[in-house]
Amino acid sequence: MSEETPAPLWEVFIRSKRGLSHNHVGSLHAPDAEMALRNARDVYTRRLEGVSIWVVPSAVITASSPDEKDSFFDPAADKAYRHPTFYSIPKEVQQL
Amino acid sequence: MTPVVAGAAAVYTLRTADDCLVLSHRLAQWSSWAPTLEDDIALTNIALDLLGQARGLYARTAELDGTGRTEDDYAFIRDEREFVNCLLVEQENGDFATTIVRQLLCSTYQLALWQALATSTDEQVAAVASKAVKETSYHRDHATDWTVRLGDGTEESHLRMESALAALWPFTGELFESDAVTSEASAIGLGPDPQALWPEWEGYVSRVLRDATLVVPESSWAPTGGRQGLHTEPFGYMVAEMQHLHRSFPGATW
Repeated sequence: MSEETPAPLWEVFIRSKRGLSHNHVGSLHAPDAEMALRNARDVYTRRLEGVSIWVVPSAVITASSPDEKDSFFDPAADKAYRHPTFYSIPKEVQQL
Repeated sequence: MTPVVAGAAAVYTLRTADDCLVLSHRLAQWSSWAPTLEDDIALTNIALDLLGQARGLYARTAELDGTGRTEDDYAFIRDEREFVNCLLVEQENGDFATTIVRQLLCSTYQLALWQALATSTDEQVAAVASKAVKETSYHRDHATDWTVRLGDGTEESHLRMESALAALWPFTGELFESDAVTSEASAIGLGPDPQALWPEWEGYVSRVLRDATLVVPESSWAPTGGRQGLHTEPFGYMVAEMQHLHRSFPGATW
């Protein structure tokens, strides 16, 4: 835990309530998974944010590169028919 | 200030409340100083849990002693000698190891106490205790985890844990002392006989210390007096710091 060898970084995902998916909320340092989970509880669920926590070593995440932004995401821009905007959504549906 | 003469029940709840408040303030002193951001938040979280427990018990004490005092009156306008917390909770934070050892010894005691108080004949005390059981279980887990990590860690961390344990162990005897107040409290079903909490406390603490490769120190010195308002030297400084704002600006609020 000293300055010379910072503990590994972990990404924290919280499920805010049953039925919803886990969302990324931030990251923290911890020497192992058990303590990462404990730290996540202390740092990210103090205000009743969650009912479930995942911690994942940041090192195992493969991320898309900013350089690939155009080829990855632009082709979706002009395909309005992929969006379910032509259906009317019943009012009772809270989470979609 | 004339000390309020109160029945045993009020003194009993006041002692329990003072333990929570003083330990809470000690942990709050770590704010912005803990070894890592994560632990800074963990320790102050625990401090806030303890503060909540203290508030519930001060509110009940004010009813029992008939003074109608507020939580602030108990926290901020009593002098050092009127606090009846045990000596263990007021011991200085020292290094991180000292705080962790104090947490292990205190939270194990408090968890056993809350479990007993959850069935108190006093409904308000039972309600505070039932909520506190969940909070304090986490406090004990936190302390247990760190005790094992540091005790069974590096040579340096082991040495620091060893010396913290040697410094704090003598103060644990006071937790299990009986007197007229505890006898009355247990006679009316308000709280347990302190000695009844000893086997569970001793069993748990020695198990954790064994896992942490630490040895229970032998000590014949058994300081006491906190329950009568006789405190150790660092406590006066802590009270002064804790009360400074309220005494400079009486009635200050957020």
